[in-house]
Amino acid sequence: MEQMQINPSVSSSILNEDVYGLAFHHRFQWEEAQQSYVILFPEGMVKLHGGAGEVIKRLDGKVTVADVTADLKLTFPDAVGIEADIIGMFELGLSKGWLRKI
Amino acid sequence: MTQASLGKSVVQKEIHAAQNNGVAANITHTQPLWLLAEVTYRCPLHCAFCYNPTDYDKHTQNELTTEQWIDALRDARKLGAIQLGISGGEPLLRDDIEDIVIEAKRLGYYSNLITSGVGLTEKRIKAFKDGGLDHIQLSMHDITEEINNFITNTKTFELKKKVAAMIKDHGYPMVLNVVMHRYNIGHIKEILEMAEALGADYIELANTQYYGWSLVNRNQLMPLKEQVDHAEAVTNAFRADPNNKMKVFFVVPDYFSDRPKKCMNGWGEVFMIVTANGDVLPCHSARVLPNMQFPNVREKGLEWAWKDSPAFNKYRGDSWMKEPCRSCSEKENDLGGCRCQAFLLSGDAETADPVCSKSPHHHLIEKAIEDSKNPVLSAQPIVFRNDKNSKKIIAGEFNDRVDEFHALP
Repeated sequence: MEQMQINPSVSSSILNEDVYGLAFHHRFQWEEAQQSYVILFPEGMVKLHGGAGEVIKRLDGKVTVADVTADLKLTFPDAVGIEADIIGMFELGLSKGWLRKI
Repeated sequence: MTQASLGKSVVQKEIHAAQNNGVAANITHTQPLWLLAEVTYRCPLHCAFCYNPTDYDKHTQNELTTEQWIDALRDARKLGAIQLGISGGEPLLRDDIEDIVIEAKRLGYYSNLITSGVGLTEKRIKAFKDGGLDHIQLSMHDITEEINNFITNTKTFELKKKVAAMIKDHGYPMVLNVVMHRYNIGHIKEILEMAEALGADYIELANTQYYGWSLVNRNQLMPLKEQVDHAEAVTNAFRADPNNKMKVFFVVPDYFSDRPKKCMNGWGEVFMIVTANGDVLPCHSARVLPNMQFPNVREKGLEWAWKDSPAFNKYRGDSWMKEPCRSCSEKENDLGGCRCQAFLLSGDAETADPVCSKSPHHHLIEKAIEDSKNPVLSAQPIVFRNDKNSKKIIAGEFNDRVDEFHALP
């Protein structure tokens, strides 16, 4: 059976059933002084927009991409078409080495 | 102390990383995101390229106490500091780094021990791991024992390899820093292969920048432009090979550029240093600048230092700029370069960094490059970084080596 992607219009290697976690030696935390989530790693850090932080916050090493998407839609019922943004965040996180596939 | 966090290296990396889709385009300005704690100027190594001040001997007897460091960490954290570098000299010469690490973890810092490896034992690394230290950056010098021992003026080659293995064994990411100069730049391919074989996750190839001891030894250390170009080509080829997983940072040498570095990503923008004696600085060598009084943590707090002190405000923004910077279309790219380099070389702290080809003092850089090729000048002995030479420099005994600079490097 062909594997379904969350948003078929987006060509992506991110699959519904994939589980992602933070890459080794990376740390994710809320920064009060910045009012934003950050990812910290050797020699660098990134400050995340609210939406990106909401995705990464949910990665506990068990939830699938589909779980994250469902939970975000439930939490933010007014946000329209967030699937593509969520996939985009996974893709960016993987390409930058912030995330790893579990 | 390596040249890990000079200039573009650490600060701009963060900026580069932060300019991507999905991530805030701009970091929050005027928050000291990076705190560098130069906890001691004492060091068992004597590296010719060290950027610590040549008069550091004045500051080896008046180091901050553990409690003062913990207060500084707490206050900087309140101002927004997240990345903590524990550096020196050799920080492991203090026996309270374990306490500092525990406090850093409690406060939520991402902490980094920047070390030569000398003094790192199984017992201490275990305490660091238990205490929550996030990573260790180890300085390496060459693939050959000969060059390692020569440039550091110590016999530390075998020790560094043992320490690298210890770092790996304890589950730390391995971050290597190699300062590049005339003596090792030709070995760059072998250095990369060695790092890969050691299992390094990151390597920083930091071309020497000329401050402190490295400025005194500039004629002896500077490579040829062709050597730098070759090193960069080798680095790019290494990066392009998909079999190589190690992340490589190549810090370009500004003397061979047409435009200066955006030093520290701007004065007082994201970077704060607290030195061994408690001085609070916006960059490593700021104390060379004239008519400046830098705050000290023993007097007023870090909040005053960062937000209100005249020193931290002096070169924020661009209102201090002179021509040709003031009307330059590229001024936002580099903010006129490095104030310390401008002063050390030209005697004017507010002029364009002489590295810039538009600078009226650019001939000073061209002359420095020519001097480094002069066999008579480059045959002068290296002044190694040690207490004896620091005392001599303070006493004026090396004036012939520093006369051309407008402050003691």
